[in-house]
Amino acid sequence: MTDILFLAEILVAVLLVIGAVFTLVGSYGLVKLDQPMKRLHAPTKASTLGVGSLLLASIVHAFAFGEGSLHELLVMAFLFVTAPISGNFIAKVHLHLQRGGKELPPPPSEERWATYSEH
Amino acid sequence: MIDTVLYGAIGAVGLAQLLAMARLVRGPHTGDRILALDTMVINAIGLIILLGMILGTQIYFESALIFAMLGFVSTVALARFVLRGDIIE
Amino acid sequence: MSRRLTRKLLPHPMLSTLLVVVWCLLINDLTLGTVVFGAILGILIPISTAAYWPDRPRITHPWRLISYAMVVIWDILVANVQVAMIVLFKPNAAMSPNWVVIPLDLRTPEAITLLAGTITLTPGTVSTDLSADGRALLVHALDAPDPEAVRDEIKTRYERRLKEIFE
Repeated sequence: MTDILFLAEILVAVLLVIGAVFTLVGSYGLVKLDQPMKRLHAPTKASTLGVGSLLLASIVHAFAFGEGSLHELLVMAFLFVTAPISGNFIAKVHLHLQRGGKELPPPPSEERWATYSEH
Repeated sequence: MIDTVLYGAIGAVGLAQLLAMARLVRGPHTGDRILALDTMVINAIGLIILLGMILGTQIYFESALIFAMLGFVSTVALARFVLRGDIIE
Repeated sequence: MSRRLTRKLLPHPMLSTLLVVVWCLLINDLTLGTVVFGAILGILIPISTAAYWPDRPRITHPWRLISYAMVVIWDILVANVQVAMIVLFKPNAAMSPNWVVIPLDLRTPEAITLLAGTITLTPGTVSTDLSADGRALLVHALDAPDPEAVRDEIKTRYERRLKEIFE
């Protein structure tokens, strides 16, 4: 029994370290990278994975040392579903503020990218 | 052991929060500020989860969930405001 | 006849299942009462909102979604480490950020949404915009000296699988 608790403790510690490191890397990338579009890469993903790892640690912790509960899965699922959508919206804001997008490659068809089309 | 790791993790996520805040203050574009706010919300969820683990309670779970939902909605609302000049058309 | 009745009572069976699971997780408890109340919500909410989503997404091979999810989760883990290395150790001037245009073979909105979400979650690439006619995806890559390689990898690794699932 104590062995299992010890293993759970190690698992929680490893997940916590991974989560904290990825969260920190995400925010460090936000400060370090020098172009707006490059900045989008670090936080939308590294932070999501980092917080996901912290939530996993919380689930294991709850099962090992208290009453087991899975509801952290809800927060995790919500974060992973919404992260691409908010990332996409922020990317569209960057495109919109560039006004015209001269350096973008044109789409293969005759249409324009949706952010710049009229409606 | 877990307590040491937990306090270390809180320190790291807190530092991440400060870095994101630096980007929020510095800008320079509106998109960067929205992105920084989004990151800060995600980091705040991590902090809430860590606090719940240190105190050993489950009562902070709802606040984490509400943070996740409000953070997403506010990011989308801010982005839409910049894109369209309006939130609800 | 009975099929139309089922269609009327359960317009979105997947949504109903999801609602029951989410309700049980929210209450954080798996007793008969919770499941029954979740089932009531899972029947009432899809019926009352059915007018807003008239079509069901057509998924021809639902089981392949699971293997697709496995591939994506693995890629998220591996590629996150790569991007963390790039962010931490590569100076800004040495990176070659690039725009990649991906011509789409997928036509259903659900499949394109899933593809765009996958591209954003696998680090190193963010899906930015869709062309106005919905036939090409604009992707920004953090460090891609060779945009064609990124395009080909996305097309063979994700789009081919999604095409098998949805068409």
